[in-house]
Amino acid sequence: MTNFKELFDQYNWDETLSGILSKTPQEVEFALAKDKIDLEDFKALISPAGKPFLEEMVQRSHQLTRKRFGNTIQMYAPMYLSNECQNICTYCGFSFTNKIPRRTLTNEEILKEVGFLKSKGYDHILLVTGEANRTVGVDYISNAMQLIRKHFSNITIEVQPLDQDEYERLVADGLYAVLVYQETYHREEYKKHHPKGKKSNFDYRLETPDRLGRAGIHKIGLGALFGLEDWRADSFFTALHLKYLQKTYWQTKYSISFPRLRPHSGGLEPKVEMTDSDLVQLIAAYRILDEDVELSISTRESEVFRNNIVQMGITSMSAESKTNPGGYVVEKQSLEQFEISDERSTEEIAKMLQKQGLEAVWKDWENNWA
Amino acid sequence: MKNKSLQIGDKKFQSRLFTGTGKFSSSQLMRDSLLASESELITVALKRVDVQNNEDDILSHLQHPHISLLPNTSGVRNAKEAIFAAELSREALETNWVKLEIHPDPKYLLPDPIETLKAAEELVKKGFVVMPYIHADPVLCKKLEDVGCQCVMPLGAPIGSNKGLKTLDFLEIIIEQSNVPVVVDAGIGSPSHAAFAMEIGADAVLVNTAIAVSQNPVEMAIAFKMAVEAGRMAYEAKLAPKRNFAEASSPLTQFLND
Repeated sequence: MTNFKELFDQYNWDETLSGILSKTPQEVEFALAKDKIDLEDFKALISPAGKPFLEEMVQRSHQLTRKRFGNTIQMYAPMYLSNECQNICTYCGFSFTNKIPRRTLTNEEILKEVGFLKSKGYDHILLVTGEANRTVGVDYISNAMQLIRKHFSNITIEVQPLDQDEYERLVADGLYAVLVYQETYHREEYKKHHPKGKKSNFDYRLETPDRLGRAGIHKIGLGALFGLEDWRADSFFTALHLKYLQKTYWQTKYSISFPRLRPHSGGLEPKVEMTDSDLVQLIAAYRILDEDVELSISTRESEVFRNNIVQMGITSMSAESKTNPGGYVVEKQSLEQFEISDERSTEEIAKMLQKQGLEAVWKDWENNWA
Repeated sequence: MKNKSLQIGDKKFQSRLFTGTGKFSSSQLMRDSLLASESELITVALKRVDVQNNEDDILSHLQHPHISLLPNTSGVRNAKEAIFAAELSREALETNWVKLEIHPDPKYLLPDPIETLKAAEELVKKGFVVMPYIHADPVLCKKLEDVGCQCVMPLGAPIGSNKGLKTLDFLEIIIEQSNVPVVVDAGIGSPSHAAFAMEIGADAVLVNTAIAVSQNPVEMAIAFKMAVEAGRMAYEAKLAPKRNFAEASSPLTQFLND
């Protein structure tokens, strides 16, 4: 197997989904009796039959997470560099057809935003852009990284999928991780939500983690945007992707994120709802499947949900996030990609963690070694 | 009765319990636990600290006359990165001690024997006291000793697993053959594991997760301290031999004496 697509093409969405939905309580019990579960067990844990076992799953997830990651939560902050985008994505505030003022931060503006995030204590940063290759291509990203590298120990990007040689260049510039969510693994539904722009190429996106693995990236972040399609099937394919990548690119770390559709300008209603209980079930199932994968939760989620989920398997979180370019200092009023839900300050989040016996970790990498 | 002190490089340790700084719920709790353990050699991941910052939260909580810092290279993937990290740490933390950890596998954090040997040789030449974290591989331990490592740190089980001495047979060979102190690192999950490691003749153990993640890290630190002392004391006092069979009250060879 040289590419995830070869494996993925052997699966059928409808059969996969009905396989999950037909799991029985006995199969859930069987899975929970094991020390190490496989992907069939994972299906049982995320199935409707898994629901009555939620407390047991969460307890186990909690214990496994504390053992592996200790009493800590890694903190990071996103920094939006640009909202220019040539893609049409039906769910995104930056979509090409949305009539919003477009902005790409200059060097001076980037440094102003950096100053704010440093004053809050952040040392792990996530750079985000839309897809506009002429203005926000790999040269722009590389320049931004060189500009901020001395201020952050750990740099992650969430930008358009790139070619392998472009990733190699950014890794040499000190890039630690790339987040690239498939949005949905349902090929036809993906087409509907991405009708125009480079992002409409499902396969190129699907093969992105392979290119990243070959480029020697330290960490790859996976995920699906919940609401576009059935969350159970999408999560199974994400888990399949994870397991394939772990075996193939064994020197790379992995993380999973759990974005649920949030209101935004020109908003899309979720086709398939994912309840809080569903998300808790999924997070616990991922942890039981894999003790070492990092599980991340953003400010998309509510205060109450985040206060509780930090004990259930999550290992990293953001706080006080702005999802618009210049949102921290430069131009606070520009349009956001999506509305965040938990608006508490970084200090409040650190205090909330402390109250729960968790230490907020700010630095856990050193980008000067490589 | 006090345990005999342990010498590694130019330092003598009264405590044979080495500890780590990860996974605690706060830096204060880390300090309280580590002081309670009476550990004198405490490892800290360079990637977790800001070595340029005098007020770094972790480093400032480790300042104590009885504590020597053992910077570790956790996070590096090859010899080149390890050497670079060690040199940065020597400059910033003013210690030539380094716990050499090279794990290209970020999942189980298993050490790379080839890169470790390469880095160890180079670091010894550069004047470092090198403490390499490795598999319980007796041949590798001898090779690390040959290139000048001041001790070896074979694992008992995968790091953070708390599973105890899964590599027992190999640890026993390493202890039998070694001319440098053997520190069992990784996998020790309970005081009884630590005591057992000391009983079989390990010179010290390194414990982190089992203390940091326990419900009461300070109490657990004390329990480990006592277990390590007891295990060492038992080793020095020489354990009574184990027997597979009971001693017969009517020996079969009695007729020879008749």
